[in-house]
Amino acid sequence: MRRLLSVPDGAYRGALGVVAALFVILLVAFVTSLAIQARPAFAHFGFSFLTSTKWDPVHVHYGALVFLVGTMETTVIALMIAFPIGLGCALALAFGIPQRLRVALGTAVELLAAVPSVVYGLWGLLVVAPWVRTIIEPALAHITGGHGPFGGSQLGVGLLLAGVILAIMVMPTMVAISRDVLAAVPEVEIEGAFALGATRWQVMRRVVVPSARAGILGATTLATGRALGETIAVTMVIGNTDRFTHSLFGQTQTMASLIANEFTEATEPFHLSALVAVGVLLLVVAIVVNLAARLLVRSVGRQRALGIGVL
Amino acid sequence: MTIMAVDPVLARRAEIQRIAQATDHRRELLSRLALLACRACLVITLIPLGALLVYVVIRGASAWNWAFFSHLPTPAGIPGGGIWNAIVGSLVIDGMAAAAAIPFGIAAGLFLAESDGRIAGTLRLAADVLSGVPSIVVAIFAYALLVAHGIGHFSAVAASFAIGILMLPVITRASETAIRGVPSVLAEAGLALGARKATIARRVILPAALPGLITGVLLAVARGAGETAPLLFTAVGSQYFSVSPTKPIAAIPLVIYQNGIQAYPDLVKIAWGSALFLVVMILVLSVGSRLVAARLRRVRSE
Amino acid sequence: MNDPTVVSLPATMATTTPNSTPIPHGPVMTLRDVSVAFSGKVAVRGASFDVPMNQVTALIGPSGSGKTTLLRSLNRMHDMVRGAVVSGEIKLGNIDIYGPTMRPTLLRSRVGMVFQRPNPFPTMSIYDNAVSGLRFNGVRKKALLDEAAESALIAAALWDSVRDRLRAHAGTLSGGEQQRLCIARALAVEPEVLLMDEPTSSLDPIATKRIEELIGELKDRVTIVIVTHNMQQALRVSDACAFLLMGEDKAGALIEVGPTQKVFESPDDSRTKDYVEGRFG
Repeated sequence: MRRLLSVPDGAYRGALGVVAALFVILLVAFVTSLAIQARPAFAHFGFSFLTSTKWDPVHVHYGALVFLVGTMETTVIALMIAFPIGLGCALALAFGIPQRLRVALGTAVELLAAVPSVVYGLWGLLVVAPWVRTIIEPALAHITGGHGPFGGSQLGVGLLLAGVILAIMVMPTMVAISRDVLAAVPEVEIEGAFALGATRWQVMRRVVVPSARAGILGATTLATGRALGETIAVTMVIGNTDRFTHSLFGQTQTMASLIANEFTEATEPFHLSALVAVGVLLLVVAIVVNLAARLLVRSVGRQRALGIGVL
Repeated sequence: MTIMAVDPVLARRAEIQRIAQATDHRRELLSRLALLACRACLVITLIPLGALLVYVVIRGASAWNWAFFSHLPTPAGIPGGGIWNAIVGSLVIDGMAAAAAIPFGIAAGLFLAESDGRIAGTLRLAADVLSGVPSIVVAIFAYALLVAHGIGHFSAVAASFAIGILMLPVITRASETAIRGVPSVLAEAGLALGARKATIARRVILPAALPGLITGVLLAVARGAGETAPLLFTAVGSQYFSVSPTKPIAAIPLVIYQNGIQAYPDLVKIAWGSALFLVVMILVLSVGSRLVAARLRRVRSE
Repeated sequence: MNDPTVVSLPATMATTTPNSTPIPHGPVMTLRDVSVAFSGKVAVRGASFDVPMNQVTALIGPSGSGKTTLLRSLNRMHDMVRGAVVSGEIKLGNIDIYGPTMRPTLLRSRVGMVFQRPNPFPTMSIYDNAVSGLRFNGVRKKALLDEAAESALIAAALWDSVRDRLRAHAGTLSGGEQQRLCIARALAVEPEVLLMDEPTSSLDPIATKRIEELIGELKDRVTIVIVTHNMQQALRVSDACAFLLMGEDKAGALIEVGPTQKVFESPDDSRTKDYVEGRFG
């Protein structure tokens, strides 16, 4: 072993390069294997795979629209909650609390990220769902009259709960990155605003947040990516029915929860291929969003380093 | 007596001051309210964390006893079941995953830290892409490679494969950061002495980066150990004790998932107990890794 | 907050009826035994002097003598430093600026500041930058905003070059232009005093010269207090100089203050003499 680690420079670099190249090989193998498995379903159902709402293993008809919509719905709900509260939280951490509390509270928020998904699911299913069923859904139905998105039977588990749990899970991402970009806004800009007679809120709203907006967008996009790919917690609280729901209280599925639920029971060959095809859809969406997020966050760093104003 | 015109500057000054004073109170109030709202957001964010931890601790602790940790699972309704096989199973799965991911991850991190060319850029991009892949899709890949073909049935190694893939980009990124953090003077000194790059890496850079490496690796392992989705159709769980890499195996996240949705209270209790165990393990790994790293740094600087 | 002393207008207006010229009224700001500290360290100790109206007062002295800290205490920007403590009395007109009747935000609308490095708001256009101070202070009327912006940009010798591109990004301006935009931004609020913290130290000689000319033109409109470590600049632009020097207790002390001519040619204190003759600092 010792001799291995004293190899000549060329071999050393080469070996490292091979290892790093494994990443690419892995990705290629990954995509290939998925494509192979998914091909039958895509080939057979074609475009209707994306537009059909019928998911019927018995009659061998597969359409993924319900799950696409379910994924989008949970993600949107999660973001609608996590974006404003996360931004407010980041503002508080960066400017609103005394210096000595910052590290402690910041770490506390980051602890949210350390809790595994399945524990969120367990807690969501066994603790929060009853609250939602007995308190929150009745209250919401009462306030809004029980129409449309607030109608239907109140079971606790469902779209609303999934969105809320998801929001809690992506909050640390939103907060941590936003807090960093907010704190990175140059002191001179902030001073300039104060010197003109601005209040703290005016400085935050008119100078700091606009200056940091690319980074905040990056944080939001990254949070979106996380929400899209989240599987277990959502599976445990979304209710798992293979159809649309018109109400927040209703049950549905996401692409990820579908795969989690049905993969081991897919005996019919097209079923498995269809499930992998759904996985491919999920993969594409998640990758696009994640790449966009990283590009945004990276570009902020580069612009600051080059001294360019952040647009 | 000549009549002078009003100086526009003074007139404007008066007008601006009038407006400023009239609106000052409102502006200040708005600022205070807004800051209060932001602080409220912080509290709102922390409440779920508190609530979750409280419930996990209370319900999980009531499940903890000697039988819980040392026994194998019993059928529903029969008391005295435990998660011993799941603890061992998780160790097997995560141990194999880490054994593969750590060396590859650190090596990749070393490569990326030492080069900035286009190849490195592509590799970094690939690592980024990989880290954005949903864990359930990674599970599909592992299934295709090792369950459908490879070994032919559900197995622990398939699960390790999936979890290893999930750990890899995290370890790589943490390693790259840790290694880049090593002052270049150290490597340059080694080069000046005529040492080979590999030797420098082994003797100088890696030891210097060790604290950061340890933190990054342990955090990645902690995260990997908590993953459930990659286990669903690879290891699939088991009621029996096993350390075989080629057979299905139990794992703690699976115990939580599979028991948590059951109707039997004693199974649910096991789920809570396992959840507490998992959270404690992750906490220990996270905090421990930071302590070890800090300790190493202190020992080094002496 | 309708205390009459707060609502009072600047000293000039107090004696102005709409159709007469303002009568000069004495110093616009007065400092009595002012000490400024932060985190336990005293930066300036026991400074007392007057800031005469419509003149340029320069704070000079070697680095570390507390000039900038003292300057920042004049618009309470120093409040934002950790452990900031200000003792003594600083008055704007008749009001103690650290007293209960003076709100920092209102103070800063009357005492503006230009910083060492140009700091226009990067996400705002030139126009938005120019009126940002007005907007912060609650001004919404477009007519007033436009009028103040134009007047300020003219005063900052920037109007001609930006009048056709007011919506352009502030980042499209050169360094010297950006600093003049910052000056215009501060002027648009029509402050009585303009504090300048080494405003030309990051600019090239030509841009510096333009701003020095500007300072001469501006003093009819605002009283100026400028911190500069460049003695020649002090000589060129200021009417009065206050010389600060770090003492043995590591705190800055005001050694001498007086008309620029006197401070440079026949100073009272030998330390002043040493400084202006270039023997240190």
